[in-house]
Amino acid sequence: MSRTPLDTVEHAAATPDVELPWAELGLKKDEYERVVEILGRRPTGAELAMYSVMWSEHCSYKSSKVHLRQFGEKAPESDALLVGIGENAGVVDVGQGYAVTFKVESHNHPSYVEPYQGAATGVGGIVRDIIAMGARPVAVVDPLRFGAADHPDTKRVLPGVVAGIGGYGNCLGLPNIGGEVVFDACYQGNPLVNAGAIGVMRHEDIHLAKASGAGNQVILYGARTGGDGIGGASILASETFDDAKPSKRPAVQVGDPFQEKLLIECTLEAFREKLVVGIQDLGAAGLSCATSELASNGSGGMRVTLDDVPLRDSTLSPEEILMSESQERMCAVVEPAKVERFLEICAKWDVIATVIGEVTDGDRLEIFWHGGKIVDVDPRTVAHDGPVYERPYARPSWQDELQADDANKLPRPATSEELREQVLKLVASPNQASKKWITQQYDHFVQGNTVLAQPEDSGMIRVDEESGLGVAIATDGNGRYTKLDPYTGAQLALAEAYRNVATTGAKPLAVSDCLNFGSPEDPAVMWQFAEAVRGLADGCLQLGTPVTGGNVSLYNQTGEAAIHPTPVVAVLGVIDDVARRTPVAFQEEGQLLYLLGDTREEFGGSAWSQVIHDHLGGMPPVVDLERERLLAEILISASRDGMIDSAHDLSDGGLIQAVVESALLGGKGARLVVPDGLDAFTFLLSESAGRALVAVPRSEELRFNDMCGARGLPVTRIGVVDGDSVEIQGEFTLSLADLREAHENTIPSLLA
Amino acid sequence: MTARIGVVTFPGSLDDRDTQRAIRLAGADPVALWHKDKDLKQVDAVVLPGGFSYGDYLRAGAISRFSPVMDTVIEQAKAGLPVLGICNGFQVLTEAHLLPGAMLGNDHLHFICRDQKLRVENAETAWTGDYRQGQEIHIPLKNMDGRYVADPYTLDKLEAEGRVVFRYLDMNPNGSLNDIAGVTNEAGNVVGLMPHPEHAVEPLIGSGRTDGLPFFTSILKKLVNA
Repeated sequence: MSRTPLDTVEHAAATPDVELPWAELGLKKDEYERVVEILGRRPTGAELAMYSVMWSEHCSYKSSKVHLRQFGEKAPESDALLVGIGENAGVVDVGQGYAVTFKVESHNHPSYVEPYQGAATGVGGIVRDIIAMGARPVAVVDPLRFGAADHPDTKRVLPGVVAGIGGYGNCLGLPNIGGEVVFDACYQGNPLVNAGAIGVMRHEDIHLAKASGAGNQVILYGARTGGDGIGGASILASETFDDAKPSKRPAVQVGDPFQEKLLIECTLEAFREKLVVGIQDLGAAGLSCATSELASNGSGGMRVTLDDVPLRDSTLSPEEILMSESQERMCAVVEPAKVERFLEICAKWDVIATVIGEVTDGDRLEIFWHGGKIVDVDPRTVAHDGPVYERPYARPSWQDELQADDANKLPRPATSEELREQVLKLVASPNQASKKWITQQYDHFVQGNTVLAQPEDSGMIRVDEESGLGVAIATDGNGRYTKLDPYTGAQLALAEAYRNVATTGAKPLAVSDCLNFGSPEDPAVMWQFAEAVRGLADGCLQLGTPVTGGNVSLYNQTGEAAIHPTPVVAVLGVIDDVARRTPVAFQEEGQLLYLLGDTREEFGGSAWSQVIHDHLGGMPPVVDLERERLLAEILISASRDGMIDSAHDLSDGGLIQAVVESALLGGKGARLVVPDGLDAFTFLLSESAGRALVAVPRSEELRFNDMCGARGLPVTRIGVVDGDSVEIQGEFTLSLADLREAHENTIPSLLA
Repeated sequence: MTARIGVVTFPGSLDDRDTQRAIRLAGADPVALWHKDKDLKQVDAVVLPGGFSYGDYLRAGAISRFSPVMDTVIEQAKAGLPVLGICNGFQVLTEAHLLPGAMLGNDHLHFICRDQKLRVENAETAWTGDYRQGQEIHIPLKNMDGRYVADPYTLDKLEAEGRVVFRYLDMNPNGSLNDIAGVTNEAGNVVGLMPHPEHAVEPLIGSGRTDGLPFFTSILKKLVNA
């Protein structure tokens, strides 16, 4: 792209007729015309590079913005929210002077192209968002979705993604405590690799991405800038895959976790000495994003000398330097008197740091190269005033037919023996099977604060060693439910994550989301998106858990085939004392098993309908968020007051899945009785929401029943922890040994 | 009185703060040591913690072994200073030739993180006095390059002299020869192992067991009684 003579602002003004490659950079014609209108002239090559990446779908949210506004408009009153949507990550007050920042992001497209590096740099990116808020990262979670488990390409993508997450996260010293692994043919060409991270800081340590104070220095530190990931946001993440186009591998970045580990330590040391006025990480859109966001969020302008950027490849053009998505870089704004100390700390950690510019008292972002001014823009027009689309959306014509195809009418097992076989088949199915082969490739123990990690309902981290204060996080999503009814599906994802936090004993506080959908240019997809966002915003309002930030990933489709709409919801919770946490595993024989909540005949989108009938149709389970809130309150009280020794949420796979998991984890079986008014099939396999399984010590039976009765939560005694098998009285018995073999062999046999 | 136990931070060390906590929980004083600093601050013992020092680039432990701090550690270890290498620290100790053998990539080629059963084969080193000979314990294991190898002569010598300190039980998680999880030097003051005792020191955290705490109480008793 480099041209001679240098395409300065002056040169651009003098040569209005020069044709620029705006289409190749992913801009639409009207968007390019808008740039010309803003500038009052044609953009320089460097300006075009900046606008094209910053106005990409990935960075500008141009298709989703009009819907995402609901998260702000419908935000519930919350004393806990310290920093909301719009910063690198939201920040929540968890008490005792601590604040927690957390966020989930997608790295879907790169992870399909190059699974290892795509997934690795996804971890790197979300972790830098956390550091940029002023926090020490304390844990990561990874919600993953792949094509069919037995598809040959899954064996290429999944092991690479898992190795990449482990290779990067393990080397950073971050315990991986949660997430999901889901298989469905709809993700075959578009796997979803979402990455979440949590960070902890004191309230006074919160930092923001803004450049204020004329004369303050802009310091770029971390890795040198190379040619990797150029145009990643605009080209890769904002278009659908098409077999006809050339390979997109050069747009995937390459990660260096060791460099990132040094970046974490040196940034935290600079924070501790209060050297930083504003900070931004370099992720999607690289320097274009960091400079324009810092400048537009601050009070002044910014002047940057691009020649001072340390390069890995000296032949890079200024446009490429601005667009590069080389990993492990941060940008800090530092007062002149503190620059020397900042650079000393970087040197201590062997991190390259360079002053590349300064904050000015003007309102322009000016960038120089070889003495010429190649960028002169109002930074707000780059960072915030991108195009906003009111994409047309319409309920797809097939939605009614899909919902009418009622899963409750599918043939059910006729005999106890058939029910037993179906249960065994479900427990062994890839989605219901143990994911230990995957999660044991992640370090859960590092940092020495992990209280719970997968396969627990939520991951839990101790925040304060003295008081035992802790935080919990769960991520959930169900593309099948959401396909059947996007509004309800999004609320079910929220309800499940909320419930998963509560079953471990933590109080849900706030939400982050990663909204994975197909092409926004398809009105049916846009309808799914609009409905899901509306459902999530309404649900968060009702549950009192504000959305603090998140990420939208569109264009997850290959040709005409979009993925199931898949909003992934992360709920963050707080627990006063981690000693009170409730695990999934059965603890003691003789303890009584109770089912909390109502069980209805609900099989639409269920694991049973998928595994036994390869069916997707009908309506998803009904959501009752008031019930979810009551259930959560009961679970939290019971945990705090020592009334339950184990708890497990009921979701895909129904009650039997929860019983089998608790039994296998505890190495203790269970005897169950089908309650009056329910048939064995519905009892074991329905996926009604708002339910949990708890084990109550006999000494607590009265107190626990009284509490549920007084609060009006339906509670049914269904059995006892006992023996070395799972027995459904009058129906069938499955030994723990058989269950373990079925549950634990599936994934290794498919993927190892 | 108590003992001062140094914990070295290399660039890329991950379990340095965890190890300091374990030392504190055992009742000793942890002292932070920096890789660029030759000064050991007059500590009574040194722990090289786990992690990916220098990203494990080139070979695990190969670059750290040349850190300034290691010059002093090597010199004093030869003079009897108790030194414990955990995981990456074990790799550094073999690279520094304070312990025999070497670590290769796990035979299954994956990172593995699990609560691992071990048998204490030598309860007489500086770091294992609080265990019983033959005691079976559970300690978290997490590594990419944990396959212990040595030539047949060295292996025979280690076995004959009782210098295999820990052995994997139930399953060999990485293909280590003779199921070896940890070894010691001839004098018994230098011990290295792949599993992470610092992650098994509190009942609620990590593996939920405290089987790793005796490492740190062992050394404390030895130093205080000396």
